[in-house]
Amino acid sequence: MNVEAPLRLKLIGVSKSFPGVRANDNVNLSVKPGEIHALLGENGAGKSTLVKMIYGILAPDEGQIIFDGAPTRISNPRAARRLGIGMVFQHFSLFEAMTVLENIALGLDSRLSSRELLAEFNRVLEAYQLKLDPRRIVSTLSVGERQRIEIVRALLLNPRLLIMDEPTSVLTPQEVEQLFETLRKLAANGCSILYISHKLHEIVALCDTATILRGGKVVAHCDPKRETSRSMAEMMIGANLKEIAKPATRGFGRPKLAAQGLSVAKPSEFGVALQDVALEVRAGEIFGVAGVAGNGQNELLSAISGETLAPTSGAITLAGADVGRLGVTERRNLGLCAVPEERNGHAAVGEFSLTDNGSLTGRDRMEMVRFGLIDPTKATNYAAEVIGAYTVKATGPGALAGSLSGGNLQKFIMGREILQSPEALVVCQPTWGVDAGAAAAIHQAIVDLAARGSAVMVISQDLDELLTLCDTIAVINLGRLSAPMKVGEVSIEEIGLLMGGVHGDPAATVEMTEALHAHPA
Amino acid sequence: MRIRLEKRLTPSRFMQVATPIASVLLTMALGAIIFQLIGFDGPHAIYETFITPIVAPYKWVDVMTKAAPLIIIALGLSLGNQAKIWNIGAEGQYIIGAIAGAGVAFALPNAEGFWIIPLMIAAGIVGGMAWAAIPAFLKTHYRVSEVLSTLMLVYVALQVLSYLIGGPWKDPNGHNFPQTPPLTAAQQLPHVLPGTAIPPGLVVAIVLTLVFWLLTTRSVYGFSVRTVGAAPSAARYGGFDASRTVWTTLMISGGMAGLAGILEVASQLGQINLGFPSGYGFTAIIVSFLGRLNPIGVFLAGLILAVTYVGGQVAQTAVHVPEATAGIFQATMLFFILASDILVRYRLRVIRDAPRVARAEAVA
Repeated sequence: MNVEAPLRLKLIGVSKSFPGVRANDNVNLSVKPGEIHALLGENGAGKSTLVKMIYGILAPDEGQIIFDGAPTRISNPRAARRLGIGMVFQHFSLFEAMTVLENIALGLDSRLSSRELLAEFNRVLEAYQLKLDPRRIVSTLSVGERQRIEIVRALLLNPRLLIMDEPTSVLTPQEVEQLFETLRKLAANGCSILYISHKLHEIVALCDTATILRGGKVVAHCDPKRETSRSMAEMMIGANLKEIAKPATRGFGRPKLAAQGLSVAKPSEFGVALQDVALEVRAGEIFGVAGVAGNGQNELLSAISGETLAPTSGAITLAGADVGRLGVTERRNLGLCAVPEERNGHAAVGEFSLTDNGSLTGRDRMEMVRFGLIDPTKATNYAAEVIGAYTVKATGPGALAGSLSGGNLQKFIMGREILQSPEALVVCQPTWGVDAGAAAAIHQAIVDLAARGSAVMVISQDLDELLTLCDTIAVINLGRLSAPMKVGEVSIEEIGLLMGGVHGDPAATVEMTEALHAHPA
Repeated sequence: MRIRLEKRLTPSRFMQVATPIASVLLTMALGAIIFQLIGFDGPHAIYETFITPIVAPYKWVDVMTKAAPLIIIALGLSLGNQAKIWNIGAEGQYIIGAIAGAGVAFALPNAEGFWIIPLMIAAGIVGGMAWAAIPAFLKTHYRVSEVLSTLMLVYVALQVLSYLIGGPWKDPNGHNFPQTPPLTAAQQLPHVLPGTAIPPGLVVAIVLTLVFWLLTTRSVYGFSVRTVGAAPSAARYGGFDASRTVWTTLMISGGMAGLAGILEVASQLGQINLGFPSGYGFTAIIVSFLGRLNPIGVFLAGLILAVTYVGGQVAQTAVHVPEATAGIFQATMLFFILASDILVRYRLRVIRDAPRVARAEAVA
């Protein structure tokens, strides 16, 4: 008999296989009551599979789950919730057209009258000092507030274990701080938290213990307070982390890519209109655009790449030439290349070979086309060149893009654009969901491209990425771009405020989000 | 024990070739069983339908004659299908193409020059294109589904045809039958090329098969069509315009159907009558899928479907099966090819339930 309180959760030898992969291999894990336990690992390390088994979405092939000292078989999420296991997913499941309270009522297993539910709702808000208006329509809420709905939904169950899957990827720095306060309070009340992330400084700030997964196996248990971000990153990738080699003194040339008075109507009801965007990227400069997801990043990329045309001439110039009214192919031929956020289906076609994906954007600049016909040898050679130069793990140019891992496909896409020696390159979320090794390679490629005199624009929601990579940074919020700031002279708090980090204040949020989601009557 | 579908990492090349062949064989097997059950000599009916036209040389001209329009129309449809533009109204474009081509002939009854045939053919192509332009316009401007508009225009085309052959174009010497007067000798192509047994339409089909093969596998245009079909956002990113693809693919498939229509009139029938719309436009849809949207595949599939047409007539006289037999076989074949398509992207796996986890229920 153990004199201490039993562990909240104990996994013994849990394994799970999918066709072709062993997603979890003999995983052991212990979480104490009231502990904030980090689950750390690269994409594909098996974090999601593991928590899906704890939450009853997947069944383990082997091994045992012991909850509060009792061996347990969790057959579905409802059973998990009955045991007191709550989960907040990375992607929210909310009905946009319904109120906060209606959304919460829909997610509950038990039937409560609306008065009882409201009382419970207010009790949770009070206990954790959360701000959320139960009558607001979800479509008018910020991302941080939407996440709060999911958290409240989980807290209503009085959970004994709360699983948070990458909760901060969509939040501003201020919102992250608020979330951490809530989680600390929750832990102080005895609820254990399993916190999945790959943002190491957050884990250092928040978590008591960390379990590091690599390739489906536990590679280390550690105390984040005694580790550095760097040491944990190296355990995560199982190799030494490469520093980005950035030339210390950097001079910039003449302006290459510029936008002025760029306004574009919203592409659809849920899109964002660009309003009077002005920017200037000089030769050799890396220009960062920060912002919370859904503030016009994709619209900005489309406007610059040519997928949407500027409504007036003179709005976008490349090396002084007006390109705002030219299409994608014409802009590309002038040296303006782009990499959109979505890899599969936008930057690449999953069911096409890498050869075809190479000619998708490289056919003209790499001179593959004669008399309207694509030279198959040149196309194959170009794909092979990209694969070789950017160490893309693939069976060859004939491999389907969809068969590559996210990091490898992203390396291929970045390589495909960079080897075209663009005058200006615009990339959106270059390392989203990419493992640390690939991310470092992509960052290095961006730095090298700028060093060769290209103008590079990086749109990202990852502030750390922008601050390490960029020379200049601007913030996009509600389709407006802030004035550029010099990296090194600007604080994270200032950037956070520009990103719209006022979501704690309901009045300001109402105004802002209603402006964002205003529907024409 | 259960059976589970498991996504393949890459589409199976073996299945891409094997499923069309299996579809034909399964159609033959199923047909034999059903005809046996309803009181015919099943195996005999299948033999006459599928084998006789291949082993009997005197049927070859027939097969090639029927294959030509099927192949020509299906080549055009396959291109659109790659872009996921579903033109199922080729029958209507085929009819209008024939009317436009024949209209030129009737307007110039005394034309004797070598140019009259090319002019008729050009008019046939333009006629088919014009008919397909209506769905293209509706789709690009009002987002009307081309599946509906192309199909409905078939019935409009049929009405136009019966109006013309029953009214203004009716043959004065036709004993009041609804048919046009015959084309003049200068306006007609021979049934078969002189000295051979090859119908002129088949030569056109062979040339076009090669052209379409080059177009789909090598050209930037063919690449753009595939990309628009596979991933519209990626197509826009790659500089390919979706509206332009809607227009061009419908123009090409409409033009090909029109070409088939005028060739049929000029080289086989010599006039247009009520029996002219024989369903080639619909059967070509089957040809397109049985050929896996690949021009070479379409060519072979066109020959197979032509065999069922010719064989259906043989079986009618030899085994006394009903006239609709060929149609039933063709439909069954389409059913099998569409159903077996899933095997290209997925594999079947038999899973035996053997719980390896200790079934310790939660202590509530």
